[in-house]
This record gives sequence, structure tokens and C-alpha cells, in this order.
Amino acid sequence: MSHSAPPLHSRRRIWTFHGGLHLPDEKALSNGLPIETIPLPPRLVIPLSQHIGAPARPCVEVGERVQKGQLIGEPDGYVSAAVHASSSGTIVAIEPRPVLHPSGLSAPCVVIDTDGDETWAALPQPLTDYVHLDPVVVRERVRWAGVVGLGGASFPTGVKLNPGPDRRLKTLIINGAECEPYITCDDRLMRERPARILEGVRILSHLVRAEQVLIGIEDNKAAAIAAMVQALADSDLQEMAAVVPIPTLYPSGGERQLIRVLTGLEVPTQGLPAQIGILCQNVGTAAAVGDAVIRGRPLVSRVVTVTGRSVATPRNLEVPIGTPVSALIAHCGGYRRLPRKLVCGGPMMGFELFDAEVPITKAANCVLALSPSEAPDPGPALACIRCGRCAEVCPVRLLPQQLYWYARAKDLDRAQEYNLFDCIECGCCAAVCPSHIPLVQYYRYAKTEVWTREQERRKAEQARQRHEARLVRLERQEQERLAKLRKKKDSLGGAQPGSEDAKRAAIDAARQRAAAKRSAAPKGQAKDAGDSLAAESEPRIKEPM
Amino acid sequence: MTAILAIALLSGLFGLLLGYSAIRFKVEGDPVADQVESLLPQTQCGQCGYPGCRPYAEAVARGEEEINRCVPGGEATVRSLADLLGRDPVPLEVEEKPPAVAVIDEQACIGCTLCLQACPVDAIVGAAKQLHGIIAAECTGCELCLPPCPVDCIHMVPIGADISRWRWPYPVERKAA
Repeated sequence: MSHSAPPLHSRRRIWTFHGGLHLPDEKALSNGLPIETIPLPPRLVIPLSQHIGAPARPCVEVGERVQKGQLIGEPDGYVSAAVHASSSGTIVAIEPRPVLHPSGLSAPCVVIDTDGDETWAALPQPLTDYVHLDPVVVRERVRWAGVVGLGGASFPTGVKLNPGPDRRLKTLIINGAECEPYITCDDRLMRERPARILEGVRILSHLVRAEQVLIGIEDNKAAAIAAMVQALADSDLQEMAAVVPIPTLYPSGGERQLIRVLTGLEVPTQGLPAQIGILCQNVGTAAAVGDAVIRGRPLVSRVVTVTGRSVATPRNLEVPIGTPVSALIAHCGGYRRLPRKLVCGGPMMGFELFDAEVPITKAANCVLALSPSEAPDPGPALACIRCGRCAEVCPVRLLPQQLYWYARAKDLDRAQEYNLFDCIECGCCAAVCPSHIPLVQYYRYAKTEVWTREQERRKAEQARQRHEARLVRLERQEQERLAKLRKKKDSLGGAQPGSEDAKRAAIDAARQRAAAKRSAAPKGQAKDAGDSLAAESEPRIKEPM
Repeated sequence: MTAILAIALLSGLFGLLLGYSAIRFKVEGDPVADQVESLLPQTQCGQCGYPGCRPYAEAVARGEEEINRCVPGGEATVRSLADLLGRDPVPLEVEEKPPAVAVIDEQACIGCTLCLQACPVDAIVGAAKQLHGIIAAECTGCELCLPPCPVDCIHMVPIGADISRWRWPYPVERKAA
């Protein structure tokens, strides 16, 4: 793969973005062999959260038999994605398991013991006639299939395809740049399945009624460009679509960078490409959309590059979602030598894996086993010498130095003022830093810290509101109690003067009666009566004795 | 004489102006206390010795109280209060606790409603002689429900590490030899 002119030039004008790096692309390691399907592992661990947004809600039970492609996790909310069984078998557990995440923490997974039959569940009707269908129906199908962005961001595609009623997506950009070194899964996909990608492109462009489609591919992938150009010439998309070879420059595969290169437009800060009428989708995502709509198949497998100089036979594999990383490495002949670092993703933006048993998810595009020579120990970080090279290479035109100082000092407000959240974490700044400062780590730290504080602030605000509501409630209850008491008092108080008179009257009446009795009855009789009363009461007192 | 008159007149004018603006632009409430309160974690736990976050915020705003009394807020709150008020940060007197939520032991709860009355954010639901439950999302971990429980059936469970709450750690810098 040289930087010589690609075989087919596009006459389209292309633009450039600021900075960027020419990195050794290392793609020849893994792009020579065709995509091979990995044998089905005995056990699949399928995480319920493989996308941005709310984790899927499990809709199966332990002990249940599932078929390949059966829904096992329903999307929970709008920004969420469905999860399907990657093969047939029995569900043995639904529990937290270690997942593909830089933290190495566990998250809820559905564990399936496969039976090897690979029997498909009843699949929905293919929507081959999608052109005449309501886009809502087609979009719902994409959502049902659990398609997420396969370039690495894993944002639910169904959501991205729905920009809202008042926005028009005029340009569809298909991202085949694959700018990160080592990774070749999109390259192989474009070479081997260009027609399937274009099927998806056709559906996508129909869904958003795009006026033009630009397929951006870095010019170090001549074979992929040729295959895509050929497939395009054979399709009915030639009118509106064009394959655009772009110069190989990391990170041209970043969404905003690719948009800039292909259209010259800048996505607004903290905005979305949809705001400038652009939809950007990865080639793998386009193929998955095609599978969902034309074949009615959910996303249950993906192409993963297994590479690095520690792997015996680096290549691309078609892997069922949920296969452990170790099975991929074993299928590629195991380790040639013990890797210094096992990375998920590319060497620039990937994260280190500490456990090779974690399952492959929809977002995992590459497993990279780096040998000591490929990942040399950078040595201790030295002081920043203010050389400014980081700012020269930053594709977003940030001031990485300033961000570094503020992130280091935990001055998050200032870091945000310097547009911390526009950083795409491409790692160019850290790659050129002569002091080997782990710059991206500082930015990642600062970003998550800001989110956490924001979350805490929201929680505190909620607690304050609840506390105030409680105080108001207590106050109201107290008032009500007092009011009730007063009312009762009032009702009694109203009767009181009358009753006092009545009492007095009763007392007077009793007195008069007593006086009348006294005067009427002779004294002896009264005494007898008293004696007889005493005599009567005596035995009553004695009885218990 | 003219000078004295002029100064007297001016001072009288400005006095009137100031007096008027004090009435016209009167700020309701205590803005400093509001700002202090916005930095407090709102657990309403009373560990500062005040009945809730607002009273403590008012005391801090009046300058009657140290800024290190908020236990759940920890060092971060002390630092932000120090920034806001221009005071020197004071070390916390008590050790920081990891965030936790209260959980009711369903076997032991007798439904006495005492914890309901103690909860400052109404995060416990239940009725007399009914099993009580804690809304974990609303619990601030203030522990105020622990002492009133006659059967000691409420426990504090630390909020475990979770991917959704995970943060990238602060980079550890190795010192150059």
C-alpha cells in the first residue's frame, strides 16, 4: 500500500482539515487474507448494553431455548438498541459479566450455551420493496435489527436516521476511510461485499431522501476503491453516488473530519452533522442496514480485525456477537510471542484489555495484540516544554497544552472554556508529544469528571427540591392539623356558654329537687332508708370475701 | 462657605440616591447563602449540626460556621466553598465515606413508619403495618433513617462500581528518574 495515486481518480474537489498525522498504516499485516467465519464458540456472552444509550431490557428467561436471531433484549427507551441471540442454544444465565470496556467492570449479559444447530428464529418479512414503503416502517426495521454504528461509536442507527421533521439530510456520507493503523475490517468488507454495502447505501439514501451520496475511502486502500467503484458502476446508484478517494491522513475517518474533507463543511461545535444536512454512516453499518431490510436479519455478527505482530496469522474474522476475544486469537493461530498489550480498537483510540475472555460486541472492530517492539514503553512523562506540536496536529484546532494544564489542575471550568468537549480523543497530540505526556488520558479524565459533577449537581438539585417539597408538605399538614383543632374548638366553644347555663340550670334544678325531698320526707324515714341501703350493700361487699 | 454648602448638598443628594436604591434594588433573600447552598450535596443529613443544607448554608454565609462541616460533600465541597467565599480551605474533621444508599431488610421490617418520618427527601414509601421500601434513586445516603428504626432493619449499602458511573482515572505520572 503506497501513497501513489489511486487507480481511479474522482474529479470531485476535496478539502483538508487542520493537522492530522501520517502514521505507518500497518494494514498489510491483516488485509491479505479474506474474511473467514470463526467456528461457533460453545458459549456466547451477549452484553445487553453494546450501544450508546439505555441498556436493552432482557426479554428472555434463564433456561429458555433461543434461536439464532431471536430478540433477547428489547430497546429500553428511544436512544437504545435491540439485542439478538447470535446463535441457537439455551440461556444459562442473565447476570453481570466482564465486558469490553476500559474499566474492566461487569455489566448485565445474556449467557447462551450454543447447540451448534444455528437454527434461525422466524424472521420478519424482507422489505425488498422498501422504495414504496413508508420510511417509518423501514426505520422501524432497522431499529428492530439492533443496528448501531459499527465504526466504533455504536450509536443506534435508527435514531440517527430520524433527524426530525424540519431537518433535511441532503448528503449521505459513507465512511470507508478506516484511518486508524492496523484496522482492515472495512477494507476487507469493501473488497469482498461491495454490493451488500451498496444495498444498504441505497436504503439509507432512500430513507433520508438524500440528493447525493459520497463514499469516502482513504487512498491507501486501492483494492477497496476499485471494488466499490466497480460495484457502483453495476448498480443504479451511479447518478447520485460517487466513490471519493481521499488522502491518507489520520484521523480522516473521524465523522467531522471526513465531512470536512468531502464537503468542505464544518460541523458546528457541540452540534450534529444533521444540523448541516449531512448523515454519516460507516460501510459496515450500511451493510447491516441492508441485511436488516432486504434479508430481515438482525445484527448478530460483525467483521473483526485480529492483528498485531504478536498474532500468528493476523486476519479478519466474521464473529458472532458474544464470542470471547480469546477465541478470536486462538483461531488466528494464537500468539506468536506474548503481547505487551492487548488492545480493543486501534492503537490510537483503542483501550487496553486486561481480560481476554470478554465478549466481542457490535462496537468492537479490532483486536490488537501489540508486540513489545510495536508498543514500546514510552518512559516516564516529562514536563511540558511548551513546544506547541500538539496544537499543530490537533484536527479540531484546540489548544491541547492549555487543556492539559487545566485538566491536570482539575480546573474543569477552564478546560470547558477551552472546548474540552470538542476533543475527539484521536490521540494525535499525545503521539507527537516529545515529553510523552498521556494527554488524551487527561482529557478523558476531565470529560468524565465533568459528567460526574453534572450528574451529582442534578442529583443534589433533585434532593433539594424533594426536601423543600417535604417541608412544604409538613407545613401544610401542620396547618391542616391546627385548622382542624381550631374548628373542633370552635364547635365546642360555640356550645359552651349555653352548656354552662344548662349546667347551672341543672344544678339549680337538682338542688331544688333535693330541697323538696328533704322537706317532704320525715327525718326517721330518711335514716331508715339509709340503714336499709347500708344493709343491702353489706352482703354485696362481703360476697367476694 | 460655598464649598461646605456644595459638599453638604452633594452628600445629601447621594444619601438620598443611596437610600432610594437600597429600597428600589433590594435583593430578596441571601444571594450568598443561595450560592453556598448550590454547592452543597443536598443530602439533608444534618451531619454538619444544622437541620438540613439550607440552614448550614445560611450559617456559612453569615460567617458563623466553618466550611468543613459537610461530610457527604467531602474535600471537593470544602474546596469549592473556599473558592466561593475566599476563605482558606480547612481539612475535613471526619473521614469521607463512600456514597451509599439505605436498604430495608424485608424480613425484619415491622411497618412502623418511623423511618418515613425521618427521611428528609421522602425517599421511603410505606404505610402503617406495611412493608416499607426505599426509592434508591432518591436516597441521598444521609443515614437519618437508621436511628429511629426500632428493629434495626435498615442498612447502608455502598453504591458499587458500575460502568455507567465509571470515570477515567486521573493519569498517574511516573517521575522521571
